[in-house]
Amino acid sequence: MKRSAWHAVVVSLGLAVSVPQAAHAHRGWLLPSATVLSAEQGWVTVDAAVSNDLFYFEHQPMRLDNLQVLDPSGTTVEPENRNTGRYRSTFDVKLESNGTYKIAVVGDALFASYKLNGETKRVRGTAESIRKEIPQGAEEVQVTRNQSRTEVFVTAGKPTDRVLQPTKNGLELAPVTHPNDLFVGDEAQFAFLLDGKPAAGVNVTVIPGGIRYRDQLSELKMVTDGAGRVTIKWPAPGMYWLSASQGGGRGPGAAAAGTLEQPQRRAAYSATLEVLPQ
Amino acid sequence: MRITCSIAVGALLGAPAAAADLNLKIEIPRLTVAEYHRPYVAVWVEGKDQKFAGNLVVWYDLKQKNREGTKWLKDMRQWWRKSGRDLEMPVDGLSGATRAPGEQVIGFDDGKEPLQKLPAGDYQLVVEAAREVGGRELVRLPFQWPPAAAQTLRAQGEHELGAIALEMKP
Repeated sequence: MKRSAWHAVVVSLGLAVSVPQAAHAHRGWLLPSATVLSAEQGWVTVDAAVSNDLFYFEHQPMRLDNLQVLDPSGTTVEPENRNTGRYRSTFDVKLESNGTYKIAVVGDALFASYKLNGETKRVRGTAESIRKEIPQGAEEVQVTRNQSRTEVFVTAGKPTDRVLQPTKNGLELAPVTHPNDLFVGDEAQFAFLLDGKPAAGVNVTVIPGGIRYRDQLSELKMVTDGAGRVTIKWPAPGMYWLSASQGGGRGPGAAAAGTLEQPQRRAAYSATLEVLPQ
Repeated sequence: MRITCSIAVGALLGAPAAAADLNLKIEIPRLTVAEYHRPYVAVWVEGKDQKFAGNLVVWYDLKQKNREGTKWLKDMRQWWRKSGRDLEMPVDGLSGATRAPGEQVIGFDDGKEPLQKLPAGDYQLVVEAAREVGGRELVRLPFQWPPAAAQTLRAQGEHELGAIALEMKP
């Protein structure tokens, strides 16, 4: 019961992928109708969901409160026709300009857990609100800051680089190979940044979509090198889900127990990448 | 029938090498399908290393209102990656309307781009076809430029393309 209530809170933020305690593998993703377009003034429609299997909307919709769409000039554009249903959210983006758009759902929140009379309780919010919510006599207070970023890139015409510039906040992808220029058999190189600096030793997982129709996950696992980089050779065309996370007691630099002043931090990143046939 | 559309790039090779005559025959197969659309076809030249060297043909649905025919240009995936996405369609002397099933013959002028400036060497002619609600096929045909002797090089498509013949005369 408690677990599902907690989960509802998390899902409502679109943050299921960054729940530190979650042993279950819920995955948040954005799936666009196309990643490469040649139409002038084209549109993409995007499914946004949190699910077990990729890319099937079978669990929870991803909430769109923290949805950001950047056009090729880096200007925020407003998505249209937002809808959140039982299993997925959808929205449309009109591609007014040629170049690469970035569509992201970004989360940054504090979570605290504590024990009161032997019962574990959880709250989320800001440092201030959490301070007020935790009652006197609470024990084993643990505070975690969860940063998450779920992205997809879409290009009309020629790929451009403006939206690939990092925000320098949290864990981010800094593509060396353009994310809308991925072909089977080619090697793609991606760098990961934590607060804008190369993130070494980060575990990166790449899972091909279509899980429902195969027995094995067929994931590719790698660890970023000293420059924060990984190289991926695409085994087959299709949609892939790339994810990486750091901290939260899992990776290097994890604190033993977080406090309100110094929360344990977990930064997660995921992206949907389309690999085309040659 | 020799089709002299805007693509016909006349006699080639303003280069000091002797002018060469280049004719390309592309067979667009007649398919028995419920919904048939003429394929989009792109023809270009690339080096042995598959580096793009120049466009020869782009057939697409350029008659649609509001240039909506550009929507499917990206289905010629290799061409889109190597050149299409850098262009603003239509391109004079390159783009033309889609062609009907049957043999299509196009003559190229070695006095015009891209053949005019093509350095001597080994190349591949690449023909890529993509059909709405159908498939996509890419055929490569190696050739030497400029041709040393009159010759006809052939390749055969299997699905979206039929026989392809490149006739070259020094």
